[in-house]
Amino acid sequence: MLSTVIPIAYALVSLAFLMSFWRLLRGPDAPDRILALDTLYVNTIALLVLLGIHLGNAIYFEAALLIAMMGFVGTIALCKYLLRGDIIE
Amino acid sequence: MIDILLSLLILTGAIFTFIGSLGLARLRDFYTRLHGPTKATTLGVGCLLIASAVYFSVRDEGVSLHEVLVTLFLFITAPVSAHLLAKAALHLKVRSLTPTLKNSDDTPAHL
Repeated sequence: MLSTVIPIAYALVSLAFLMSFWRLLRGPDAPDRILALDTLYVNTIALLVLLGIHLGNAIYFEAALLIAMMGFVGTIALCKYLLRGDIIE
Repeated sequence: MIDILLSLLILTGAIFTFIGSLGLARLRDFYTRLHGPTKATTLGVGCLLIASAVYFSVRDEGVSLHEVLVTLFLFITAPVSAHLLAKAALHLKVRSLTPTLKNSDDTPAHL
């Protein structure tokens, strides 16, 4: 059961990844591109979690945690730049 | 039994992640696009992380708490980044498709 579900989940998350990437390339405004980057890092966390279940290795969570933290900081920094024209005032 | 639960959680998570990105790619203006990733994708990744927590708790015969950390972090940060993105978009006057309230004449009576 699990061995049939995991490839389907891989395919769905990869498609989600491609669609977010399309929005990153196309997005008409800067906030669209930032939102696409935000979605890309959340999708990366999903892929890493799936990889962890597939390979039965818990070490991937350290990477997922790091990506979650760094992605949040990156999104906040970019939004702050758009809002104020500066990141650290 | 655990196998069925895990499969259900993984499938739900993957489908919600997909729907979130579909919303991001297909919806028509920025303010509606903001809904997809911040709600559907967060729920999808939450489902996947619960599946992972169950999987490693059953396999290693001990409660696995790494996933709870990631889940907590993601659920706290998603609304904050969505709020800041909306603020940035309003500041840059990103075009919206719905008619906005420009002056007090447009304000509905019940407000």
